[in-house]
Amino acid sequence: MYKWMIIKALLYILLAPVIGGLMSGLDRVFSARMQGRQGPPVVQPFFDVNKLLHKQTTVVNSIQVLFVTVYLIFTIFTGALFFAGGDMLLVFFALSMSEVMLVLAAFSTNGPYSIMGAQRELLQMMCYEPMTLLVAIGFYYANGSFMVDELITKPVPAIVQIPGFFIGFVFILIIKLRKSPFDLSTSHHMHQEMVKGLTTDLSGSNLALVEIAEWYDTVLMLGIVGLFFINNNPISRLWAIIAIAVVFFLETLIDNLFPRVKYKTMLIVTWSVILVFAGTNLLILNVLK
Amino acid sequence: MNISKSPWVLHYDGSSCNGCDIEVLATMTPLYDVERFGIINTGNPKHADVLLLTGGVNAQTAPVIRQLYNMMPDPKVVVACGICACDGGIFKECYNILGGADKVVPVDVYVPGCAVRPEALIEGVVKAVGILEEKRKKLKESMKAGYCTVDYSKMAVHMTADDYDPSTQYDAVLTEEALRQQAEEKIKASAKPVVPAAKPAAPAPKAPAPAAANNDVKGENG
Repeated sequence: MYKWMIIKALLYILLAPVIGGLMSGLDRVFSARMQGRQGPPVVQPFFDVNKLLHKQTTVVNSIQVLFVTVYLIFTIFTGALFFAGGDMLLVFFALSMSEVMLVLAAFSTNGPYSIMGAQRELLQMMCYEPMTLLVAIGFYYANGSFMVDELITKPVPAIVQIPGFFIGFVFILIIKLRKSPFDLSTSHHMHQEMVKGLTTDLSGSNLALVEIAEWYDTVLMLGIVGLFFINNNPISRLWAIIAIAVVFFLETLIDNLFPRVKYKTMLIVTWSVILVFAGTNLLILNVLK
Repeated sequence: MNISKSPWVLHYDGSSCNGCDIEVLATMTPLYDVERFGIINTGNPKHADVLLLTGGVNAQTAPVIRQLYNMMPDPKVVVACGICACDGGIFKECYNILGGADKVVPVDVYVPGCAVRPEALIEGVVKAVGILEEKRKKLKESMKAGYCTVDYSKMAVHMTADDYDPSTQYDAVLTEEALRQQAEEKIKASAKPVVPAAKPAAPAPKAPAPAAANNDVKGENG
């Protein structure tokens, strides 16, 4: 059993950057087509990272290298734990730890844009952290376990019992995937008021590490989306993949439709959505049990 | 091959009439769509590979251009967009114009035009990408030879609001050749003190002189 866990974790570590990179490329192609442009090739993110690895790395504060590396390691650990069938709670706690490392890397540079990005990232964490914890609790309420490998062997998929949590989670994915209405801390698009936010003072291989960590993160997040649909029936995995594709397309669409909001709006909107959908769902589950 | 697939561009307006700037932005629109070559307009010198300069350089923008150039990590290229950035253009005789962009930073590609056509601009960036590739190879060699490039941590210290003075900072442009010379001088200077150990009497007074010179170089650049 442990052998299988290790193999699954290794598969994630090897395949996630490939899938995540292609997802990121697809995102850029979709965005371009929505704007009536041809757009870059799908493998463009790999070209970007390859270039960044071959560029000179300028380091403002030598501790930022440590923070960025630990950020990558924690993100990989989180994803490996999830895909190996580990504990959902530990997954989410390790995930917040990795985010904190990125924030520290930005704070350590002492640059105005980096610090602004780091502060906004903390605000974003405040917005989505309740939901990530609620997701773990929701899975426990629905299927009676925090362990991913037990959750996927239940007869009924979790989405039947916790659709409200699913809506809440898809909503905070906009923040996690750094999509437009809530991309306050760093933006994938052209230069704007905070330059590149968190990653402004990272360059060369440090920036490449952050990009790779984001690929891992994307795969993990979409894996959690899939977990809502998987049960002991093998066909449910197909449904999970379809759900992931739909959610990913939806996020790109939202990215292209909405301009960035202020942090207060983000806070009010995300917490309202979490309270209305996930809160009501939790209440109903409590009453029914 | 590595860099030519994703040149990230930094655009700076020296003192342009905004004609060229609008054409630079036009290349991002669906009609020309430079993103299909992987070109992204980053607003961040630390992420950029290509520096697009528009307009002639005046006394106020010269230190800014030097600073942007120095902040860009190697390898990097500079493209002068439009006739003003090439040699001053119609504003050449103005009292405040120093001339083209090459008065301040080494320019690799000149793209003339008033305003520069988007097609010409794309062609210029493609040429620049070729030069970028050559520079990358050079950089690789000099890295192998053990030349460290530049101590950027010192620059960051001088970027705090208190001690930032544009008139004194970033007077030097840190080109690849300049850095190479600087590194060679450093290596020579660090090799000197070994000699006095063998001959303690005569060369000892000489030793402080190269060290002092070295400090001066550091001070100018840092």
